[in-house]
Amino acid sequence: MSIDWSWIGDHTDDLTSLTLSHLQAALTAVFFGLLISLPLAVVAHRIRPLRGFLLGVSNVLFTIPSIAIFVLLLPVSGLTRTTTVIGLTVYTLVVLLRNTVEGLDSVPARTKEAARAMGTRPLRTLLTVEFPLALPVIMAGVRIATVMSISLVSVATYIGDGGLGQLFTDGFQRDFPTPVIVGVVLTILLAVVADALLVALQYVLTPWRRRRA
Amino acid sequence: MIQFDAVHKRFPNGTTAVHDLSLEMPEGGVTVLVGSSGCGKTTTLRMINRMVEPTSGTIKVGGRDVTRQDAAELRRSIGYVIQQAGLFPHRTVLDNIATVPLLLGHGRRRARARAAELLETVGLTADAGRRYPHQLSGGQQQRVGVARALAADPPVLLMDEPFGAVDPVVRTQLQDELLRLQKELSKTIVFVTHDVDEAVRLGDQIAIFRTGGHLVQCAAPAELLARPADDFVAGFLGAERGLKLLSLQTLAAVPQGPAPEGGAWTLVLDEARKPLHWAPKDPKDAEIPVRPLRDGDSLLAALDESLASPTGLVARVDADGVLTGVSSRDDIHEHAGQAHTQARVAA
Repeated sequence: MSIDWSWIGDHTDDLTSLTLSHLQAALTAVFFGLLISLPLAVVAHRIRPLRGFLLGVSNVLFTIPSIAIFVLLLPVSGLTRTTTVIGLTVYTLVVLLRNTVEGLDSVPARTKEAARAMGTRPLRTLLTVEFPLALPVIMAGVRIATVMSISLVSVATYIGDGGLGQLFTDGFQRDFPTPVIVGVVLTILLAVVADALLVALQYVLTPWRRRRA
Repeated sequence: MIQFDAVHKRFPNGTTAVHDLSLEMPEGGVTVLVGSSGCGKTTTLRMINRMVEPTSGTIKVGGRDVTRQDAAELRRSIGYVIQQAGLFPHRTVLDNIATVPLLLGHGRRRARARAAELLETVGLTADAGRRYPHQLSGGQQQRVGVARALAADPPVLLMDEPFGAVDPVVRTQLQDELLRLQKELSKTIVFVTHDVDEAVRLGDQIAIFRTGGHLVQCAAPAELLARPADDFVAGFLGAERGLKLLSLQTLAAVPQGPAPEGGAWTLVLDEARKPLHWAPKDPKDAEIPVRPLRDGDSLLAALDESLASPTGLVARVDADGVLTGVSSRDDIHEHAGQAHTQARVAA
């Protein structure tokens, strides 16, 4: 198996746009996943009886095979980027919801108590005390969701999207390994870089967790 | 002033935490609530700022019924020092202290300036202000907790076993600091502890609770020690009740005379006439250290020193540490006896 380096040179523009499209699909899914998970997690955290139900639903959604999810969505949103993003978003929920609930659970009762005793109202406590302190656990979920989404985007090739995944079908159809290898390498690179950037973001967002030099 | 009128608290699980409590906590004074765990002292404290709502009865702070005020606003007007400080781990020390001023809408700059001022008040450096709570020692964190409670200059301060988690040396320091601060600030302080010595040191009045939320006795420390209402109170105060009473009396009234010369032991002074140690006439004996006492020191400390001194004499010094005279063991003992009689008569 050899790599045709000239093919890569001839297709840099395509590779760039596929990479960006791939990344965009994954990040949009994580963004909407957070948008849905954060409020739901607050509900699951505050109202105990709902916790099992919400986490259970996110688990069940996760067990739907990815191709099936895209097929099920076709009548709703067709062969579009929207279908890809909805499908990926559904998968992010399982980690984002669970980690956000666990993050909120991990905030020490004493700290919440102190906020209340100082005269902080519940919403402000949530935004300025609970979420910041839950951030490390939430960010752990965001990292998993991001890497998972980046690897899953390729599945959307079946509905004509799929970012770098298109390189796989292209390579298989022509029995030409170079696009497949390039696609795999770029996907891995994308995941590694995105993960590193999230680690850096977390470092910036949680100054209290750094050791003082 | 804080007034409890027939306050009852029963929790949903059926336990009575506070039973028919009527109690006044005077303005500008320290009221200490003591008792073993589960006696309702913390619940009593927490009902003042509505962290716990009473089942029946009324609680007034400064004449206003607390249940008729917005809970969050009420809490901002009452300083609260929680067990083990309860600082926000994600905020710098300065921002922790600025919490309530920020909630009151004072603006970040003004709130931080006030916080920096308080840092100094509680004996911390400006450098500590830029740190995060976990970078401070337990004692320092407690100081930050006190500073945070004082930030909005509330007239009332609630302190829930604030010094419970620090070692005895630091605890004594923090108690001293609190007494010093209280001299300047004259807050109405409600202080919960299970440590009788702490209660006697800090309290202007002490309320003793018994399991089931019953208030057994509320009185000034000297009165409580001299005349405990019943065996429960006497038992709670401990066997050394008499000695604790002496810790409340000062040495000021005990007569003093000139230091003796030419005996078996001589009190050696430095050039500034500050006592150094007791020197023996017989050079085979070792020097014995001296602990000079000021007028404000307690009779208990004087009694202790008179037992340690080879002559039974206690060296007395002025505020600068210069010798003013000596007092004898007999004089100290006599005053200790009088202190007990007086406390009993007063009570």
